[in-house]
Formats: sequence, C-alpha cells, structure tokens
Amino acid sequence: MKVLVGVKRVIDYNVKIRVKADNTGVETANVKMSMNPFDEIAVEEAIRMREKGIATEVIAFSAGPAQCQETIRTALAMGADRGVHVQTDVELQPLAVAKLMKAVVDKEQPGLVIVGKQAIDDDSNQTGQMLAALLGWSQGTFANKLHVADGSAEVKREVDGGLENIKIKLPAVITTDLRLNEPRYASLPNIMKAKKKPIEVLAPDALGVDVTPRLKTLKVEEPPKRKSGIKVKTVAELVDKLKNEAGVI
Amino acid sequence: MAVLVVAAHDGKTVRANVANAVAAAAQMGSDVTVLVAGKDCGDAAKSAAAIPGVVKVLQAEDAAYANWLAEDIAPLVVKLAANYSHVVMAADSVGKNVAPRVAALLDVGQVSEAIKVVSPDTFVRPIYAGNAMATVQSADKIKVVTIRPTNFKAATGSGTAAIEQIGGEGAKGLSSYVGAELSKSERPELTSAKIVVSGGRGLASGENFKMLEALADKLGAGLGASRAAVDAGYVPNDYQVGQTGKVVAPDLYIAIGISGAIQHLAGMKDSKTIVAINKDEEAPIFQVADYGIVGDLFKIVPELTAAVEKK
Repeated sequence: MKVLVGVKRVIDYNVKIRVKADNTGVETANVKMSMNPFDEIAVEEAIRMREKGIATEVIAFSAGPAQCQETIRTALAMGADRGVHVQTDVELQPLAVAKLMKAVVDKEQPGLVIVGKQAIDDDSNQTGQMLAALLGWSQGTFANKLHVADGSAEVKREVDGGLENIKIKLPAVITTDLRLNEPRYASLPNIMKAKKKPIEVLAPDALGVDVTPRLKTLKVEEPPKRKSGIKVKTVAELVDKLKNEAGVI
Repeated sequence: MAVLVVAAHDGKTVRANVANAVAAAAQMGSDVTVLVAGKDCGDAAKSAAAIPGVVKVLQAEDAAYANWLAEDIAPLVVKLAANYSHVVMAADSVGKNVAPRVAALLDVGQVSEAIKVVSPDTFVRPIYAGNAMATVQSADKIKVVTIRPTNFKAATGSGTAAIEQIGGEGAKGLSSYVGAELSKSERPELTSAKIVVSGGRGLASGENFKMLEALADKLGAGLGASRAAVDAGYVPNDYQVGQTGKVVAPDLYIAIGISGAIQHLAGMKDSKTIVAINKDEEAPIFQVADYGIVGDLFKIVPELTAAVEKK
C-alpha cells in the first residue's frame, strides 16, 4: 500500500511573526521557513508504517511556490521515497489544496493519506477533512494512535472529553495530533541521499484544478495587547488584589 | 437570511457552546435554525429549543448519528444547507471534524474559528496562534463557519422554538464508533469554567498536580495544563489549553509553573484576569499576567489554597 503525506512549508514555529506595516499579511521575507510540525508527525507515521512493512512506498506532497521543494526534501531526508510538488504562486487555501491532493490521489492510488491536523500559519484545520470528503473516504482526525490492518484502521482520536476510538474503512485520510509520535531528525547521510530522490513537479492546470481563493483577506492586524500587570510579593497581597481589585474570587 | 447551527450534544442536552454558536449565528442572519441529529435526542432537541434566539429546531433521529461520525453527519447537513445562507458550528472537536467535510461537499471554503462577525460575509479570525488577526470575506454562496465559543456571549433568557422532526440519511458504512476513554471529573468543564487553574512543566510530576486539584476544588475551578505537562504525561490530553488544545477565557486564569509559550498564550490570553506563579521572573507568562508572583510554586500554591475561601 502506498501512503501519501501532505507537507506544508510554513514560518518556523520558533519565529515570532510580524504583521506587515500595510496590514496585507504577515512578513515572510527573510524569515526562517520549516515543515509544519504536524506534518512532520504525518511523515514520521508513514515512514514507520513502511518500516513495519505495512506501507510499500511513502510519497510526500506539497503545493505552493518553488521553495516548497525544500520542504519535500526534508520529508525525503526523513525517509519518504519520492515527492510530488504542485507548483503555483497563487495563495492556496485548504479547499484548493484538498482538490490538488485529490487529483494526485486519483493518479497515485494510495491506500492511506496522512496530513497534519492543522498548519501553524493559517490554523485552519480543514485540508484533511476536505480531502476525505472530496474522495468519499473515511476520516480519522486528530489521531493520537493509529493501527492499520486488514483493510481498516483503528484510530484513537483526541477529543474534547479525552480520547475516542473509531474504526474506519480504508482507503482513508488521517490527520495527526501532537502525541501520535515523535518525529525523527534527518541524519546527514540521509540528507545527502534525499538530494537524489525524485520530485515530480506538476501545475494546477494540468491537474484540472481551479485554485482561486474562496476567502479574500481584507486585512491582517496585530492582536490587541494586554496591558502589563504587576508583580506582587506575597500570597496575602495576591488574594487581596483578586478580591478587592479584580473582584474575581 | 436563514442560518443553520449544527449542535453537538450528549443525548440529553446540547453542549453549552451551542448557545454561543446561536449568538454568533444571530449576527449573520435573522432566522436561526438548530439541527440536533442523533439517536433518542428528543431531550437534546428540547434544550436547543430553549436557547433564546432560536426560531426552529430540526430533530433528525437516526442511529447513524449516535456518535457524531463525520462521514454520516456531513451528508445530512449538506442536504439541509441548500436552504440556508450559513452553516455554523462551534469550533470544538466535533465542529472541527465535521464542518470542513460539509464545506468540501458543498464546494465552498470554510472560515475557521471566527472570533467576530463583521458582516454576514466578513469575519475576523486568529492566525499564527493568535499572533495576528485576519479579516476575511467569503464569496461563497453558502458560508460554512466555525466560531470560537469564548468570543460570543450567549443570550440570556429562554426561548420556545418549534421542534420539527426530519428523517435521517442512514449510515454510509465508512466508519464505526468503538468507544471512548473520557476523563472523569467532578470539576467544571474547562471551556465553561469561571475560574481555571492550570499547571505546566514546573509541576515536575503528575503526582504534584494533586496540589492544583486542591486549589481548584477550593475555588470551584476547572483544571488545565500546558502542552509541556501533557506531553510529559502528567495529565491527559483533554487538559491541554492552547492553540491546538482548548481555548478558554474564564474570569480568572491561574497559570502555575507555566513558562508561557506562544501556543499556550493563544489558548488563554482572552481571560479576564490572569495570575502567574513561576520561579523564573523572565518567563513570558508574566507579560500577559495581571498579577504575578515570582517564587517556588511548591510553597506558594499551598499557601494560596489555604488563603482563599471555599466557594
């Protein structure tokens, strides 16, 4: 069974982002970019499936500008076998990405797709569910544990009240939560090897997908700042402030 | 314009956040309908009908909807959606799972975790873990929106909406529910608690969370944790407050041994009053705290527990 994983290039999670002065977006020029952390978990899970002999091939998918190939290379260095890059400079929103992934799924016929549950830039948490919908597949979202066997997957999901177990038919789309696994670091020899692994580059038009954004971003602003508080010395002082100043206890 | 709110429930009552979703929906259109789908969900439908501002409740009885499997619920919502300008869900683990499936089947984009309705087609939503706020406008015919419940105040009073029975669509057979491992707690639910006591890596062990439980019980507070504490296995995942966990906005949030990573702040910085207890005076949590105490939490917390009056 082939496994397709989606990897998104985002601003590195350690970077403190800056809103552009003209309020059109967030500054991305000269900012460190990395693979979306939830997608690293997706790649790791797929590689472990191949190491266990459940998956035969791991394909890393990304969509966006040319630099997305760096993100695909990271997945290849972790252990993915090959990459597919849908190259476009158009702003891609989740529905468009799901449609592009569907087109690639139709071509590659994987038995499982794994993506991060959300990207840490737009925080949408949509692409996996949308892809499952477009394919008419089952979905195992916010996966905390995944067990694939005999044409189905048992998924332990992180939900509001704790954990939930579902059994879903394959093919399926899985979205990863934080505690599914701990992604490995790519070793230097594997980084070197990854440079020779193939990446197929496709265009949205060739896949017959209209990627026009559905949501128009009118402006992006800084969030309102909390005014800075005070430090108190003693518990007695704290309790007094909470009672008499804030009135919350 | 008619708005459809899709309600999660436990069979007896709809979740508390449905009232917040109704309040948000009322800002998008004048005519708010709530869908309650499930097995034996009559009582839940009645609880939805009592939410002020609800004009009609659609009750869809079908065993297929008993456990909120997205594969089965989404086709029902899609079928109904044709009559509405908006489909609204609270951005909890049900809404996050179901709404995008609905949106894709309708071939529309989704607005995730709206915190403000500017106009029926324009919304404000946080991006980058709340470090930026985007105002987005949807050009789609039907707008699928999940809302962050803490940002929409539920209307007070009670309503008497009519309940209409509609049929179900049956099960698609793609997925099945096996069971749940839910945390049992007598404490208030995190997202609706008036006071939240939260612990981080500074607690150093799951055992030490007992100390926070004592404080929480005295204050009648919900108990939360940072991602670091959950990852370290001190407490279960559903305690997690943050960008990828739960978003809370209580009257009082007490952060204990939490450094204040960006992703944690994203989940609690809308709290009315924030208290931070941390031994590191440079910890970022102090930048958002109204009141901070620098010191050893193992001394301060028992002292605080002793000092507050039991609620």
